[in-house]
Amino acid sequence: MKPILEVRHITKQFKIGAQQERYLSLRDALANPFKKKEGQNHNTFLALDDVSFDVYPGESIGIIGRNGAGKSTLLKILSRITPPTRGKIIGRGRIASLLEVGTGFHPELTGRENIFMNGSILGMRKFEIDKHFDAIVNFSGIEKFLDTPLKRYSSGMQLRLAFAVAAFLEPEILIIDEVLAVGDAEFQKKCLGKMDEVSKSGRTVLFVSHDLSAVSTLTKKSVFLDKGKLIQFGNTPAIIQAYSSNLTQTNIHLQEVVSESPCVTKVEMITSEGGTLQGNEKPLAIHFEIQLPYDQEGMALSIQIFNHLNQPVTYNWYFDEGASLKRRKGVHQLSINFENLKLYQGNYFVRVHLAETITKTKFQQFDCCPFEIVMIDKKAPEWGWQNNVCQYIEKGEWVA
Amino acid sequence: MTEYVIEPQNKFSLGIKELWHYRELFYFFTWRDVKVKYKQAALGILWAILQPLVMMVMFTIIFSKALNVSSDGIPYPVFAISGLLIWNVFSNGLLNSANSMITNANIIKKIYFPRLIIPMSSILTALVDFFFALIIYAAVLIYYQQGISILKLFIYLPLSILITIVTTFGLGTFLSALNVKFRDFQYLLPFMIQFLLFANPVLYSAKAFTNPWINAIMKANPIASAIQLCRSIFTGQVVDWTAVATGSVVAVLLLLAGVYTFRKTESYFADLA
Repeated sequence: MKPILEVRHITKQFKIGAQQERYLSLRDALANPFKKKEGQNHNTFLALDDVSFDVYPGESIGIIGRNGAGKSTLLKILSRITPPTRGKIIGRGRIASLLEVGTGFHPELTGRENIFMNGSILGMRKFEIDKHFDAIVNFSGIEKFLDTPLKRYSSGMQLRLAFAVAAFLEPEILIIDEVLAVGDAEFQKKCLGKMDEVSKSGRTVLFVSHDLSAVSTLTKKSVFLDKGKLIQFGNTPAIIQAYSSNLTQTNIHLQEVVSESPCVTKVEMITSEGGTLQGNEKPLAIHFEIQLPYDQEGMALSIQIFNHLNQPVTYNWYFDEGASLKRRKGVHQLSINFENLKLYQGNYFVRVHLAETITKTKFQQFDCCPFEIVMIDKKAPEWGWQNNVCQYIEKGEWVA
Repeated sequence: MTEYVIEPQNKFSLGIKELWHYRELFYFFTWRDVKVKYKQAALGILWAILQPLVMMVMFTIIFSKALNVSSDGIPYPVFAISGLLIWNVFSNGLLNSANSMITNANIIKKIYFPRLIIPMSSILTALVDFFFALIIYAAVLIYYQQGISILKLFIYLPLSILITIVTTFGLGTFLSALNVKFRDFQYLLPFMIQFLLFANPVLYSAKAFTNPWINAIMKANPIASAIQLCRSIFTGQVVDWTAVATGSVVAVLLLLAGVYTFRKTESYFADLA
């Protein structure tokens, strides 16, 4: 089988300082008609540097990398918005890009009119739009407002309509950039389902996102870009691991000492994947540094892990009673190790409580260490890892 | 499955095949522009009729009544409207298309389709106004009881409009490409159009000039030729076919130059706009 996309040595060069050059004024051009083009001497910058990879029909490819890694430039070249400086891409199927959904929407036109306008700009023929019209309206859930000008829509409605049109494009290659960053949870679920359906129907999806959970849910293989270079191309779990180990940031929280009472001065989280990334059922450690300005008995430290909806999910505590929590004045270390954290994919943070149990005084309470759980190295269910399915996965034995 | 190659652009082609593939977009862009243009106006599409009517009345008062300008032996309103028909297609089309790439920059930066569709359909928008202006045209003809040959009407009028469109399209694509790079054209254009209104025999007869140089320029000027052709439907004067021919040749040359410039620069529009 021939690849549906052959990306060969793609290089894109930008001039540094092009900002000033952009709106060339005519006066400058007229004043210096013979001035040599400085192109070659200019400081140039490679947004993409010799990137090559193949994509086969039906594959879903994630593209990950930090800001400025060249992801958007690559997508722009793939969707033919801007040409490469060198290299070429051979494509064997219709590409539709969702670089930004709702392109061509006009606030003065009604929902109905915008469906046709947007659809045709995205490359749909009129008969195709006619064919899918009811389904598009249904999917977007805006039936009642079909003949209302778009400017009266809420931004959520606009987005739903835009995605609905794009979802029925039926291209062989679908490019998606960060669309999941917006919209409510229910709509996100709808979108994920639709994208999954697209990739299951044998079409190819190129998916760019900062949401590593979504990337690992939707794609089997990924491209890892850094500073315009292709660092690695391979199976998504391995790429995510490479990407997160490439992140140098660590999750350390330093708490300012505000009073003369006991306090936690430092919280350091050591995740399984490095940085703020934690694998499901992988070890997690949190270190605490506690400062006691005087001797104090009956100290208690407890932590809760909260999910993105601000709901507490786990609770762990450590009491002085029986096991001494370093009662003497000074700086003390305390750690908690989770051997295999069962929390499901999503975003979480830690709430720390420091108290004393004798007079029941609470010294401190603060939130810190936001982290993200990703489902890597795990066999996904048939429908993939969808968001907000559960809080954690408990092992169970099926008996039939 | 269609195979295509994305690579640095250096070849020149018109891309007719691709334009044909995206033909429906012409309709949708034109339709959108017409809709949006009149949507918030209380009088709506009536403006397309009112504008040429007001212009015609105004020019009749100033040029015919006050200045006594010769109108080749036909009532001045008939003279004026046949010039204005052509002129409005040209001036509105040029203004629309020259700014079209900038007003549609957000689309250009997001989605690929043959860019030529944008300036082309903005001229089609001006053509929609033309069809409404035809109502005034018909009304004036009936009011002044102009005996005309139907044959002439159905040959000369479309031919003159065709020359106008080709010219507008050439200049429009040229200016729209330049406009992306040099925003100066945005400011220059209104002056240019004002100047051209007086430089073209819209309000006066081309016969007013006796200078051979100016006459030569008028012959090469496709808009002047188109107006002259459109007017000869009523004036009964013999059509200066050499003027029509040279005007047409110039129009086609303008078209080629405009499209060439546009195609040379279009792939970088997204980086510049």
